[in-house]
Amino acid sequence: MTSLRPDISLDDLIVCPTCDAVYSLDVPEEGDRAVCARCNTVLITNRRNAAFRVIALSLTVVILIIASAVFPFLRIDAVGLNNSVSILDAAFAFSEGLLSLLALVTAALIFAIPLCRAMLTIYVLAPIALQLSPRKHAKQAFRLSEALRPWSMAEIFAIGCAVALIKVADLAEVSFGPAFWMFSVLVVLVVATDNFMCRWSIWKALDTS
Amino acid sequence: MSQRSAKEMGLVACPRCTKVWPIETDRCERCGKTLHSRSPKSLQRVWAWWVIGVMCYIPANILPMLTTRTLFRSEDSTIVGGAVELIHHGSVGIALIILIASVAIPVGKFFAIGFLALSVQRPSAASQHQRQILYEVVEYIGRWSMIDVFVVAILSALVQLKALASINPGPASLFFACSVIFTMLSAQSFDSRLIWDRHDQMKKSSAHV
Ligand SMILES: [Zn+2]
Ligand SMILES: [Zn+2]
Repeated sequence: MTSLRPDISLDDLIVCPTCDAVYSLDVPEEGDRAVCARCNTVLITNRRNAAFRVIALSLTVVILIIASAVFPFLRIDAVGLNNSVSILDAAFAFSEGLLSLLALVTAALIFAIPLCRAMLTIYVLAPIALQLSPRKHAKQAFRLSEALRPWSMAEIFAIGCAVALIKVADLAEVSFGPAFWMFSVLVVLVVATDNFMCRWSIWKALDTS
Repeated sequence: MSQRSAKEMGLVACPRCTKVWPIETDRCERCGKTLHSRSPKSLQRVWAWWVIGVMCYIPANILPMLTTRTLFRSEDSTIVGGAVELIHHGSVGIALIILIASVAIPVGKFFAIGFLALSVQRPSAASQHQRQILYEVVEYIGRWSMIDVFVVAILSALVQLKALASINPGPASLFFACSVIFTMLSAQSFDSRLIWDRHDQMKKSSAHV
């Protein structure tokens, strides 16, 4: 990013959302990123075919998330007794009284919100990738998707599984169901999707006025 | 390098979609967000969520997080109690993960947010860069405290072996989840642009002397 000249139109400026520093707009070359010189916030990411990649990743996320919620996730065996659970069973373990509120929150954090974000991303990006005009309410959809970002906690749940497994290891034998492996892939994809997305470019593409 | 802020240049950037507007603009035409050069109620909201978060953290540590029933006994354990027990069983690593995620991170986060909010109200010894890094760490790491709630969910769903052994969630899990959520809201309410303003003002006043 270069320093600022005073005789410049507002569309040729970019402001760091974190620290309010002003730069004149200089879109980085393919494969490069523009970073705020003051606070290191990434302002623009320019990856080749970013929209297609993000759509492909999001589609995979949708499939994996639904599949991993349906199939058994973990199974426990101890002296002839066994129990296998899915991801949603884990959320609904909070079932007594007020704790059922927590069941809803947990189900949202590990299942509904990641799923919802992936679907919103496809809805917003598909027309952009195909160079069509944005869908109706695409702005609202992207707004919602961005607002939900900190509340998508699939990766934290995955680490929680590892901790839980070690905790019960001496009590009983635990084995992984198919959903466990799907969920592990899912976590990697969710993180990759966020790294490919350039918020600045998406908002610019959505600005039809 | 002297870096000018949008506020000094009579501009305001939309915090949601990053479009730049003249400072007197009330509403972002691109995404509909109400614009403020600096969020006027930022600090009040930070402190309000902060206080609720701290209040929820107290019962989260006093009440039982888990109830474990085995053939001969039923036992309630708190967050710290559970970790101490793990150390007795030799699982020092897991106990550390639990203690870091459930005690060190939440308590550290209360102090960090409190410090950041105070540091923009009065001169601070820490540099803007140090405070910016602290803010990013708080934003990034705060969500990870949720791990203990997920561990409780997984254990309670999985360990349901009739008379042999069962684990059920305790009321502390709800308070703990609330504490994490409210602290995240507190951090999100903080307007990070304030960190860099104080610097600008100090530079100006020293230039007059
Ligand atoms: Zn910046
Ligand atoms: Zn906007």
